[in-house]
Amino acid sequence: MAKAPQMTHVVHAMFDDDHKLLDAARNIVAKGVKVKDVYSPFPIHGLDPVIGVKRTRMAIVSFMFGMTGLSLALLGMWYFMVYDWPMNIGGKPSFSLLENLPAFVPVSFEFTVLCAAHGMAITYLLRNGTLPGMPAVNPDPRTTDDKFVMEITNVENPGMDMAELSDLLKEEGAIEINQKSLSAK
Amino acid sequence: MNFVFSNKAKLATYVLIAIGALTLILGIFADTSDHYGRLWSNIMINGFYFFGIALGALFFYALSFATETAWTVMLRRVMEGVFSFIPVGAVVLAVVFIGATFHWNHIYHWMDDATISKYVAESSIGSDHPQYFSTAEKAEKAGETAVLNADYDPIIGNKTAYLNTPFFWIRTLVYFATFILFARWFRKRSLMEDENGSLDLHFKGYKRGALFLVLFAVFSSTLSWDWVMSIDTHWFSTLFGWYAFSGMWVSAMNVLAVLSLYLISKGYLKDINSSHIHDLGKWVFALSFLWTYLWFSQFMLIWYSNIPEEVTYFITRIEEYKVPFFGMMLINFAVPMLFLMSRDAKRNPKFLITVGTIIFIGHFMDVYMMITPGVLFEHWHFGWMEIGLFLGFTGLFVNRVLTALTKASLVPKQSPYLGESQHHSI
Repeated sequence: MAKAPQMTHVVHAMFDDDHKLLDAARNIVAKGVKVKDVYSPFPIHGLDPVIGVKRTRMAIVSFMFGMTGLSLALLGMWYFMVYDWPMNIGGKPSFSLLENLPAFVPVSFEFTVLCAAHGMAITYLLRNGTLPGMPAVNPDPRTTDDKFVMEITNVENPGMDMAELSDLLKEEGAIEINQKSLSAK
Repeated sequence: MNFVFSNKAKLATYVLIAIGALTLILGIFADTSDHYGRLWSNIMINGFYFFGIALGALFFYALSFATETAWTVMLRRVMEGVFSFIPVGAVVLAVVFIGATFHWNHIYHWMDDATISKYVAESSIGSDHPQYFSTAEKAEKAGETAVLNADYDPIIGNKTAYLNTPFFWIRTLVYFATFILFARWFRKRSLMEDENGSLDLHFKGYKRGALFLVLFAVFSSTLSWDWVMSIDTHWFSTLFGWYAFSGMWVSAMNVLAVLSLYLISKGYLKDINSSHIHDLGKWVFALSFLWTYLWFSQFMLIWYSNIPEEVTYFITRIEEYKVPFFGMMLINFAVPMLFLMSRDAKRNPKFLITVGTIIFIGHFMDVYMMITPGVLFEHWHFGWMEIGLFLGFTGLFVNRVLTALTKASLVPKQSPYLGESQHHSI
C-alpha cells in the first residue's frame, strides 16, 4: 500500500561570515534544532562537533589503501625479481625477498604512497559526489564563492514550525532565508 | 606561575646522578678495554645525546621565531629550559675532547701521531714514545735519521688538512660559543619581553632566529663530522650530517612532548590544550619518519653499491652489532609509526609518554651505534656501565632542565602571538 505523499520542508539560511554561522549553529543547536548540513567555500574550523558531523573515516581508508599498495608492491617484486625470472643485480643474487629487502624498500614505499594518496583522493571525490562531471548538489552557487548556507529540514526536526525557525535564524544573523518543499520519493 | 621543583623529584634526580657517579667510579676499576675506551665512549655517547637534545630544542626555538609560529609560544619557556643544558653538555663533550687531545683516550684515531706521520726517527722505534715526523725535512732539521713509519695510515694521513687537533679545537670552540651565545641571547630577550612586550623584541627574535638557522645549517653538519663521523676515520658519508641532525631533532621534540605532559600533569601550563599536544605528537611522529628515511638512505646506497671504502662502516655494525644496530632502527621507526599514527593517539598523553620513553632509549642506542663500533670494534659489552651512566646523565639532564624551569614564569607574559597560541585549535 502506498504511503500518503509526505512533504520535506527544507530551510536554507544564508550567512555572509563563517564566524557568524558558527555562532548561529551553536545557538540554535543549544535550542534543540538539528542542522542537517552546511555548505561553505572552505572548511570551517570547529563546526563539525557543533552540528554533529561524524568523524571522517578517511584515515582508515587511507591506511587500507596504503597496505594494499605495500602488499601489491612486495608481491609484484617477489614475482618479477625472485620467482619468475631471478635477477642478479649488483652482485646480490640471493634470490630471496627478505635478504634483498633493502633494495625493494624504495619501490614499496613509493607504491604505498601512490596507492594511499590516489585511493584517498578518489574515495573522497566519490563519497562527496564531486568527481569531474558529476552534477553539483549545493543549493546555491554562491556557496562556492563567499556565502555560507545552513540546511535544516523537518526530517531531522519533526514537528518543527518552519516559520518560527526562519525568525530564529534571522535573529542569529542570516542574511537570506529560502524555504523549499520537496515531495519525498 | 613559576614551576616548583618538588623535593621528591629533586631526590629522584639526585639518586640517578648518584648511580651515574658510582658507575663512573666503579667503571674506572672495572673497565679493562684499551685506555678506558668503554668508559670514555660512554661519556661521549651521553654527552653527545643530551647536548643534541638541548641543541635540537634551540634549533626548534629559532625555527619557531623565524617562521613566526604562534602555537609554540606556549611552549617557549619549556624549550628554554631544555636548551639551558647546552653549556653543561658542552662541558661533558669538552672533557672527552681534552681526554682525546692528551691521549687519555683513543676515540679519535686521527689524533694519534703514529697513524698520521709518514716518518719516524729510526733511533726511537720500539721506545714508549717514538718520534714522528710528517716530512723527511722536519726529521733532518731535528737531526734524526728518519725512516718510513710502518704504522702510517695513508687514508687518515691524507685527511689531516681538515682533521688535525688545532683546527678541530677551533671548530669545536666556535660551535660551543655560537650555541651558548645564541641560547643566552634568546633567553634574555624572552625574559625582557615579559617586562615590556614590545614588537621590537619580537622582530629582533625573528631576525636572530633566521640567522641562527643559517649558522646551524652549516654547523649541525660539520659538528657531526668532526665529533662523530671522524671516529670511523676511514669512512665518510655525505648524508651523515643530516642523519645526525634528524636524530637530535626527533629526540628534542620527544623530550619537549614528554616534559610538557609532565608539567601539565603537575598542574602547570593550564592553557595548553589538546591541539598543542597533537602538534607535538605530530612532530615526534613525522620526525621519526625523517630519521628513518635518512638512516635508510645512508644504509641502502652503501649496502647496494658495496664499495669497500664505504661499506666497512656497516660491515662492523652488522657483523659485530647486528641486534642493537637493526633493533634500534626498527624500534625507532615502528613504535612511533604504529602507536602514533591515529589522531586520538597523538592527543593521548599515555600513548605519547609510552612511545616517548621507548624512543628516548631508542635514540640513545642510535648514538651508541654511531660511536661505540668505531672505538671498541668487536670488544663491546652492553651492561651495567652503559645503563648506569645513561641513568646518571638522564638525572643530570632532568635536574638541570627542571631547575632552569623554576627561574621564570612557565608561560611568557607578553608576546604578540600569546593570544593566538592560547586559542590554538586544529
